[in-house]
Amino acid sequence: MRAWPVVKSFLPFVIGFPVFWALEQVVPSAWNLVAVTVFVNIVLAVSLNVVNGFTGQFSLGHAGFMAVGAYTSAKITLALSDVQLGFLPVFWSDQLVFALALLAAMTTAAVAGLLVGMPSLRLRGDYLAIVTLGFGEIIRSIIENSKPLGQATGLSGLPHRTNLVWVGLCALATVVMARRLATSSQGRALFAIREDEVAAEAMGVDTTGYKVRAFVISAAYAGLAGALVSHAIMLCTPRMFTFVRSIEVVVLIVLGGLGSITGSVISAVVLTVGLEALREFQSFRMVSYALLLIVLMLTRPQGLFGTHELWDLKILKRLGRPAAAKEAK
Amino acid sequence: MSANPLEVKNVTMRFGGLKALSEFTLTMAAGELVGMIGPNGAGKTTAFNAITGVYAPSEGDVLVAGERVNGLKPHQICAKGVARTFQNIRLFKQLSALDNVRVACHARCSAGFVDALYQTAHHAEEEARILARAEEYLAVMGLGHRRDELSRNLPYGEQRRLEIARALATGPNVLCLDEPAAGMNTAEKVELMQLIRSIRDRFGIAILVIEHDMKLVMGVSERLIVLDHGVTIAKGKPEEIRKDPKVIEAYLGDAYLEEKHMALPAGGEAK
Repeated sequence: MRAWPVVKSFLPFVIGFPVFWALEQVVPSAWNLVAVTVFVNIVLAVSLNVVNGFTGQFSLGHAGFMAVGAYTSAKITLALSDVQLGFLPVFWSDQLVFALALLAAMTTAAVAGLLVGMPSLRLRGDYLAIVTLGFGEIIRSIIENSKPLGQATGLSGLPHRTNLVWVGLCALATVVMARRLATSSQGRALFAIREDEVAAEAMGVDTTGYKVRAFVISAAYAGLAGALVSHAIMLCTPRMFTFVRSIEVVVLIVLGGLGSITGSVISAVVLTVGLEALREFQSFRMVSYALLLIVLMLTRPQGLFGTHELWDLKILKRLGRPAAAKEAK
Repeated sequence: MSANPLEVKNVTMRFGGLKALSEFTLTMAAGELVGMIGPNGAGKTTAFNAITGVYAPSEGDVLVAGERVNGLKPHQICAKGVARTFQNIRLFKQLSALDNVRVACHARCSAGFVDALYQTAHHAEEEARILARAEEYLAVMGLGHRRDELSRNLPYGEQRRLEIARALATGPNVLCLDEPAAGMNTAEKVELMQLIRSIRDRFGIAILVIEHDMKLVMGVSERLIVLDHGVTIAKGKPEEIRKDPKVIEAYLGDAYLEEKHMALPAGGEAK
């Protein structure tokens, strides 16, 4: 009985794995990259939502953390491209190296998040946005001027490792993380900070500490997304991680509803597929983004979902309750 | 003998040239109900802010359970057992009544981020404990039926009570209530004061109340402390305060005197 929580903890992935594996087989190769982009955008949107939606801190530095993750993982897979772990067949050895690269990407991005977050999270609102925006630009210009990182041309010739199984599981991990956070004591502390920082502090929430933690978690997943992207297009250039990329993610979560995981996921899917369908009008991409935002802010300022979640629906709750009761017995 | 839950020694608060509070001294024993009164701008809320760590005192010491807490952050002081409510309600508006209280239980929760992410057994136990605790405090404040309502949708009086429930859930030894009855009608005020008394009796905690309604605060508290322009002008039992000429002049004003058919204090002239 003691082992049940552990099994339950990984249950989403046990179920998710065959689903994503099947998806990998079914999706035609022309749409493969679009599908990968959808999942990557889910990772980005949901993780940014932890900071901007849950905690109410306005960060514009997501692309910067993506870059940190992307370059870290690229360096690792490039360095280990010829290495084969003797006891494993080539395929599994490669996957293991990629898993390692993903973990490293998350770790370095998290460290970057910590370094940026600690001083800047004492600031509020616009100031935090400016600092994080500045951070993203700093990262980009460091890369553009660093020889080992390939300067403006970036790193090319990365192995193609990102498939729908990897991105699917990563997106699932992000959603599961956000959902578990939202329903926990820690998540409620984040919501409290969003609602009223003074009151949260007075009720025993270490507001600075929690903001930094949320920021670090969010940065780690942004790094993960960066690593996934670069191994999908086998390329890693500074131009992939401009300020515009950060704005795109902000648009996703504002559209979906700040604080709503469901909203982030749905807007990531709809917008990514929609933009792909409108590929002929690529030059209007940013115009359409801006238009969409203006229309939404005028008609539904809280975003499509507000702070609501799919699993908060009354019907689903009613369905869930008998099951939970059975479990208790 | 164990130390008093709250001891404030000669605390002075300066903002530039302004002395908002000077030489404020207050000792509270467990289970004591103390009222704090004074005209607008007398420094009552400043005293609260100095005690709860919103401001670090310019001079003097604040001791919680015998331990000096000057300069600690509000959440650290909260963890040591001082909780407060706010003059202008500061609930977490978009959260349900239950979640408002659950946030306050958070300080006494030992499960961390990792427990939450992996949904460990420890996490589940803590969450169950927090839920039970939060529901208990909601019930104590008569808000059990409002459990799932967003706090911003609650009527005013219930918002005030929810704030108290939230403060109680942090598990304090000292509860500071900043004008809990502001904006209530007389019947609601009387009910609230009875509730505050019953909280004190039930949990045995010291309660410090700022209140403007004299009748009310004199009826409910055992001891009063009167501030004016940051200076403590009187301390003592309600009966004594009522007769204190300084207090009458500074706070109650001549209207009160006329109402009570009392003599003007010696030398005090009606304005």
